[in-house]
Amino acid sequence: MSNKPAVSIKDMLKQDLILSSGHRMCAGCGAPTVIKLMGMALRGPTIVCNSTGCLEVATTIYPYTAWKIPWIHVAFENSAAVASGALEAINAMREKGHYKHEHVDVIAIGGDGGSFDIGFGAISGALERGHDFVYMCYDNGAYQNTGIQRSGATFTGQETTTSWAGKVIPGKLERKKPLAEIVAAHKIPYVATVEPSNFRDFIMKFRKALDAEGPGFIHAFSPCPRGWRSATEETISISRLAVETGLHPLYEVINGEEWIMSGPSKRVAEAGLKPVEEYFKTQGQFKHLFRPEWEGFRKKIQEQVNHDWEVLKKRCGVE
Amino acid sequence: MSVPKNKITVEGLTGDAAIAYALKQADLDVLAAYPITPQTIIVEDYQHFAANGEVKAHVIPVESEHSAMSACVGASAVGGRVATASASAGLALMWEILYCAASMRMPIVFTVANRALSAPINIHNDHSDGMGMRDSGFIQLYCQSSQEAYDTTIMAFKIAENHDVLLPVMVGIDGFILSHNVERVEMLPDDVVSKFLGVRKPFIALDPDKPITMGPLALTDYYFEFKEQQDKAIMGAPKVYKEVEKEFADLTGRKYGLFETHKTNDADIIIIAMSTMGGTAKVVADAMREKGDKVGVIRLKMFRPFPAKEIAKVLGKAKAVAVFEKAMSFGAATHPLALEVRTALYDAEERPMVVDFVVGLGGRDVTPMTFVEGIEKTKKYIAKGKAPMYETLGVRK
Repeated sequence: MSNKPAVSIKDMLKQDLILSSGHRMCAGCGAPTVIKLMGMALRGPTIVCNSTGCLEVATTIYPYTAWKIPWIHVAFENSAAVASGALEAINAMREKGHYKHEHVDVIAIGGDGGSFDIGFGAISGALERGHDFVYMCYDNGAYQNTGIQRSGATFTGQETTTSWAGKVIPGKLERKKPLAEIVAAHKIPYVATVEPSNFRDFIMKFRKALDAEGPGFIHAFSPCPRGWRSATEETISISRLAVETGLHPLYEVINGEEWIMSGPSKRVAEAGLKPVEEYFKTQGQFKHLFRPEWEGFRKKIQEQVNHDWEVLKKRCGVE
Repeated sequence: MSVPKNKITVEGLTGDAAIAYALKQADLDVLAAYPITPQTIIVEDYQHFAANGEVKAHVIPVESEHSAMSACVGASAVGGRVATASASAGLALMWEILYCAASMRMPIVFTVANRALSAPINIHNDHSDGMGMRDSGFIQLYCQSSQEAYDTTIMAFKIAENHDVLLPVMVGIDGFILSHNVERVEMLPDDVVSKFLGVRKPFIALDPDKPITMGPLALTDYYFEFKEQQDKAIMGAPKVYKEVEKEFADLTGRKYGLFETHKTNDADIIIIAMSTMGGTAKVVADAMREKGDKVGVIRLKMFRPFPAKEIAKVLGKAKAVAVFEKAMSFGAATHPLALEVRTALYDAEERPMVVDFVVGLGGRDVTPMTFVEGIEKTKKYIAKGKAPMYETLGVRK
């Protein structure tokens, strides 16, 4: 696979928006920006299959829709399966001469609950079957739509309404599931992590995922001011901080084998990780970690992040 | 109009194989399915057709039945002709998406080899799976023979895809009893089926030239209207069913109706049963008539929508109706088929006694003697003027 898509980033930035204004996502939500950037990467006729979640409910309140491209929602855990059906039906109809478009891209989108947890089986199945589609997980770190419950994507130490910071428990105790790594282990052609502050990196990677022959997977970090108790105007800077602290490093994995650290994370590797405290301080959901009794716990989180970062650097051949 | 005899292929086929052959001739775009006994042969045979290049469909060997029905919804949404097959636990795993498929008005054909639900795990026939999904919004057609399974599977696409219907259709055959039983089947030439079904013309589809949003959020202000329309659509299905069946009968000479009647005109006791039990019931009715008992049979094919008025009309003249059904609705006043029959009769001028026999759960044989036992009991209940709401037959108590 070529490292550079055929179209320039300048052209991509000129693309029509696929999501109209007037959608009802919260102020400061990262998801509409994630979708805007995804839209800039599109290469032609596209169909979106969206799992149940914030993005789905807030953009398609009947009789309105914010979507300017064909879009379908069926349920929470099945967007990868819906996408495989849509794609293969189009392929079959085209082969029979019943379909007018030369090519249609099919993209499945799920939140972290729909991807890390309940929809994981459907994603794994679709990847194994090798459909030529792109799955994007927009990860806001919890079941924000149902009221901020922990998911497999929730960070260690994060407080949610099902992982409370109490007198004896400091938020979520478990690790975040390494979804992109697990997906890469399916040996699919293309996996990448992205986030909205590094928008060029985002768009170029999304385009590569579309261009890959076979499944492409995008793990997009997407801040949630309501759930995270962060300032709405800090969404982009918090997202950048997630990269700078190593909590959401940016990389690509080709065919499950070739690990490439992306520019923004490479620069972090040169400068050194910022302490996770800097990230935690921006959000109410980590406030309890600064209580004296959780200092040791906080240090352990830092050690884990450092360890994971070193493993990633090694995989990517970054010194 | 009728297809000449020399163009008809006759083969001995199991119910599963007959369905697989019908799916082959229906020229699907997508078949998405997961293996489960006793349905699996449908998918195996279809994959065999695919491996030999005899079908142009894309077969999606999904990782679960939940994904099977989900993939069918996606495929149907872009305008494809779509089918899946399942049974029992697999059907239960689809349950959430069954409702989505119906409510999103996706004309998917769903062939089911009806099988008991766990627990205990049991691979044999009853109607627990089909009855469990009866409120999902699917049209439900239960078949008595391999021939009927073949015919109904073909007709199902034409019914489902009709713009006045646009609903998924379940075609049920009794697991093992029919799915694995070889019977004589007459098959139409491919071109006749192609002409009969044509290429699906979707009412609306996900189309990049005309972007639409499917499956939106509809709350207190609009959800109910969606359901109102869905209700109208399914209640209008029998009209389309009859039209399609007439057209099919013109080609083949075969038709089944919403239900079959057998010697019901002068019957004192009318048996109502579904699927393969219908055949046994007819034989028993004939035998009992020789002894002077006026027994008739309704073999119900269309369970959803339930042909209440038509059934009430046939039953009205009898003294009693003996329902034989292979499912329980635990805790209900009586069981699924009898609930429908009783409701159908409530407003009738002539109301026969309704006796409900639950039989054959988990594949226990429903023999002619099971019917005889039920009829003898019914005769006693008629004499007493009173019957229990339901009872089980053929079980250790």
